[in-house]
Amino acid sequence: MSESGPGVIRFLLSSLGHLFRGGPLYWAWVILLTAITLAGGWHYYLQLRDGLVVTDMTNQVSWGLYIANFTFLVGVAAAAVMLVVPAYIFHRKDIKDVVLMGDTMAIAAVTMAILFVVVDLGRPDRFWHLIPGIGRFNFPESMLAWDVIVLNGYLLLNVGISFYIVYNHYRDRVPKESRYFPWVLLAIFWAISIHTVTAFLYSANSARPYWHNALLAPRFIASAFASGPALMAIGLQLIRKVSDYPIRQSVIDHLALVAAIALQVTLFFILAELFTEFYNEGEHAASARYLFFGLDGHTALMPWIWTAVALLAVALLILMIHPLRRHPVYMNVAFVLTVIGVWIEKGMGLVIPGFVPTPIGEIYEYSPSMTEIMVSLGIWAFGLLLFTLLAKAALPIQCEFLKRMREAERVQLEDADIPKPEGDSYAAGRVRA
Amino acid sequence: MSDRDDEPKAASGGQARRRFLKGLALAGGAGAAHAALGAWGGKTLSDAFADFFQEHYQRMTEAEVRATIARIERKVQQRYGVSIECDTTPPHEGVLFGYAINVSKCRGYRDCVQACVKENNLSRDTQYIRVIEMDRDSTDLRHGDHYYDHEQVPVEGKYYLPMQCMQCSNPPCVKACPVEATWMEPDGIVVVDYDWCIGCRYCMTACPYQARHFNWGSPDLPAEEINTKTHYLGNRPRPRGVVEKCHFCVQRTRDGRMPACQEACPTGARIFGNLLDPDSEIRYVLQHKAVFRLKEDLGTEPKFWYFRDE
Repeated sequence: MSESGPGVIRFLLSSLGHLFRGGPLYWAWVILLTAITLAGGWHYYLQLRDGLVVTDMTNQVSWGLYIANFTFLVGVAAAAVMLVVPAYIFHRKDIKDVVLMGDTMAIAAVTMAILFVVVDLGRPDRFWHLIPGIGRFNFPESMLAWDVIVLNGYLLLNVGISFYIVYNHYRDRVPKESRYFPWVLLAIFWAISIHTVTAFLYSANSARPYWHNALLAPRFIASAFASGPALMAIGLQLIRKVSDYPIRQSVIDHLALVAAIALQVTLFFILAELFTEFYNEGEHAASARYLFFGLDGHTALMPWIWTAVALLAVALLILMIHPLRRHPVYMNVAFVLTVIGVWIEKGMGLVIPGFVPTPIGEIYEYSPSMTEIMVSLGIWAFGLLLFTLLAKAALPIQCEFLKRMREAERVQLEDADIPKPEGDSYAAGRVRA
Repeated sequence: MSDRDDEPKAASGGQARRRFLKGLALAGGAGAAHAALGAWGGKTLSDAFADFFQEHYQRMTEAEVRATIARIERKVQQRYGVSIECDTTPPHEGVLFGYAINVSKCRGYRDCVQACVKENNLSRDTQYIRVIEMDRDSTDLRHGDHYYDHEQVPVEGKYYLPMQCMQCSNPPCVKACPVEATWMEPDGIVVVDYDWCIGCRYCMTACPYQARHFNWGSPDLPAEEINTKTHYLGNRPRPRGVVEKCHFCVQRTRDGRMPACQEACPTGARIFGNLLDPDSEIRYVLQHKAVFRLKEDLGTEPKFWYFRDE
């Protein structure tokens, strides 16, 4: 990330310029997201004015929809490695073409995750207490302190790597692998760490047996590698529809396969947990009983978890049957079901039941208030807007660069008079529109 | 504060940071000096700035403590029209507080609960102490009644189990806090700096005893009922959006008095004292009674015991 000065400024200005060039569909989308973001912002203002009392959280269930969304989004961010690893470690060129979109999604997802923590704070005005050096940071004792470090670090890594690559493409230079590869390698381990640390945030609590088990972190990673790639595949197909960015079907197939395998592992983990909870059922299983079967007549979460199980089971069935997985409609149905299923499983199925019953046996049935729903929608809209704008700014540069690369390779190949290579290389010819 | 006496040991980074913050506070204060007489969120602008940049209690200098205390007293005056006295009595050498409850004597009157609410300026929707009505044949908290409401107690076939912060020697809440807004004092009391807490509530998630309470809205504290003898780490009126908890009535116990709950108990079920004093009543209980602690298996090492008369 060497050169600075007018080059960078010109780059930023020209990227910014792309944001203002779009068709009616683009503008409608941007305006819609902005409107929802503003509505969420308004409800957040009301929450700031009146306090967190406007949520449905209580001393019993002291974390709710915000932290549920946070947990899910950390997983989505981590799942970017499912593009990064094949692109940079296994040198899949088709995936390398789109890996930047994975980074962009990670940036949007981490930003949303951080926002979800901020809106959950009782005193966001004291955020500076968290800044190491200026504030007072309980590191390494507090798992939340770890989470602050890994999330912000991951955001910086992804912004840095993406910026370096896009900027070089803008300058029509091939990014130097020796420059960025060490950072990519670090980002791969860092991605696993963000979801591991987030899982440890929960499993650290010996007071809460539903979370306090070693399977939690593996379960987090497995479900994230299902929902993340599913979300990415949906996003990439949409980008392919609305732009001329070359995204090959082989990339989508790869993501579908990853999601299929991760879903199998996820469902196996859930089964293993259910067996352990219920074979010799004791007090430790109270939360699981509440979640799946209801406890002392309290059944608020049952519809949620059984919906999630059903969605994930159907998704898995589709993804495991070869012709269905390759079918453009069924495949996307499976992706959507996976995303919704894991979102429920991480939120209403993991965060909330950890608080019910409380460690001393109280039952409070939580369901998010209108404020929580609106603020959450606002953050989601903001994240989508961020992704849209980042993609909008970067894609034209990427398209240009890829075209030039391909041209150069074709010329080279023709000069050398060797047959065109098969499969997924830049020179492999036409790209699906 | 013994922690404050250790101040010189603090890294020089802390000093630089303090200068930086002071600079900011001064710059803000100077810019608004002429307008400082006006109200800003019910406070003067300079107070609002000083609030925002207020230092962690353990890192304040003596002068900063004095200014902070004066500001706290001023704010309570502005908000409630009551003049309080907020002290900062440090822990005493050779004192480690512990509590023991005689379960056989507790009859479920909840006088302790009411006394605690008044003494500690609790929001009227918050109680540090909960008395759980338990079946005679069970120790399972989940089947106890946390909100019993009878004409008369005790009820036949029930016993009563009072719970509050256990003042763990290995407190999971302290470990959880990302900003060190809660810590264990040398006299064993786990306290919260209400002006440093960011309100993330991770400590509530970590506590196995449900002993931490969050101010979801502005505390509902009737001005005419405010207890004006307060402590910075104890019962001074709390702001919204922060966590609070039982602190063994630090404003009383560091002055050699008993906690309000102990004083209020009409049956003598509550034994409070100095664990380091071999002649204390609590030491007698620990040595002569078959005591137990709640959730001892979690390794939290509560300084809160239960026992029964044989």
